[in-house]
Amino acid sequence: MGFMLEIVTPDREFFSDEVDMVIVKGVEGELAVLKNRAPLITPLSIGKVRIKKDGNTRVAAIVGGYISVQKDKTTIVTDSAEWPEEIDVERAQRAKQRAEERLEKRPEGLDIVRAENALKRALNRLEVANLKKFSDENLD
Amino acid sequence: MAESTRDIKRRIRGINNIKQITKAMELVASARLRRARERLEKTRPYYNTVYRNIQQVLSHVKDMNHPYVNKRDGDRAIYVVISADRGLAGGFNSNINRLVEEEIKDKKDKVLLITVGLKARDYFKRRGYNVIGEYLSMTERPSFSHARNIGNQVLEVYDKGEVDNIYLAYTEFITTLTQKAKIVKLLPAEELEEDLSESNSVIEFEPSPEEVLNYLIPKYLQSVIYGALIESACSQQGARRTAMESATENAEEMIEELELSYNRARQAAITSEISEIVSGAEALK
Repeated sequence: MGFMLEIVTPDREFFSDEVDMVIVKGVEGELAVLKNRAPLITPLSIGKVRIKKDGNTRVAAIVGGYISVQKDKTTIVTDSAEWPEEIDVERAQRAKQRAEERLEKRPEGLDIVRAENALKRALNRLEVANLKKFSDENLD
Repeated sequence: MAESTRDIKRRIRGINNIKQITKAMELVASARLRRARERLEKTRPYYNTVYRNIQQVLSHVKDMNHPYVNKRDGDRAIYVVISADRGLAGGFNSNINRLVEEEIKDKKDKVLLITVGLKARDYFKRRGYNVIGEYLSMTERPSFSHARNIGNQVLEVYDKGEVDNIYLAYTEFITTLTQKAKIVKLLPAEELEEDLSESNSVIEFEPSPEEVLNYLIPKYLQSVIYGALIESACSQQGARRTAMESATENAEEMIEELELSYNRARQAAITSEISEIVSGAEALK
């Protein structure tokens, strides 16, 4: 028996099921959460969420947010979450190019942090989308 | 007599036109209401979760010294008021505007306002309030980025120390027929008298409670504002639908009455015509 994991975004309840383990990228580094972990709250960086259940792994791309581990369930709250098959690869490519160009030219008044975050998001999406072929044996 | 039947006929036609318009608006509003409710259902888990988490964190860091938790002495405040861009929604706009004005009219110079929707902006600008931000043409389809922008603007003012309290005024969607305008306090964050049975357990904060609060509070503001935008969007359509429904009903009633008096006038005209003919024929004998 695993524990309850919920992933919520402003637009929908992205995931809600029992899982064996979840691995996230916190601001302090990667973090694996197992059943009966001590309660914890920590912000997350842009990255992947890996969900393990019955020997299968599912991966999703998330954009920041935070994880809250509690006795009865674990919740990930994030601005956006996508499964590999939902990612629009072309759009992510374009976003990546745009961000790279901007960071290279450095036009006047560029919000560097924002451009870097855009690049990180795009790279993260592309990376997760490429995992699609491995995630065929996913949970559903 | 002929004159008055034609008058009545014309009024009936006019009211019928109005009825068609209100009927169409009612249908549009109910379609939009349905969509808004779907979004509301999808969004509620999100902001409820964030809200619960923030309450938990706050109950664990009671004695912490943090600008978002510490009470400030003054009574300068910023209000975020969520209204609609368009009228014809019953009391929707005036309820929220009046509720806010009731609270701030005595401290006009100590209050800053951020208005969402045309109606709140017009209302408070005309009355000379200090409106520092206005967000228009998004009240029917708010997105999270709107909430983020509003949240950041509010927080900026708060961080600079220009205000002591942050309030949010919105209309809660209870059912299609009932919506409630209300004002909630966002910062400094207060604990709610909730069941804090878990508060005995220790929660780890990484990297530190301060850092987590620094991250969580802006997120909390954004999500509560987002939730309020969605609730208000839903209430707006609900109020508009109800208003248009009763307008249509009233039009129908008026048409019925007018048709009755039209028939009466017509009959009176016929009667008098007959009596004229009869009396004319009598006179010829």
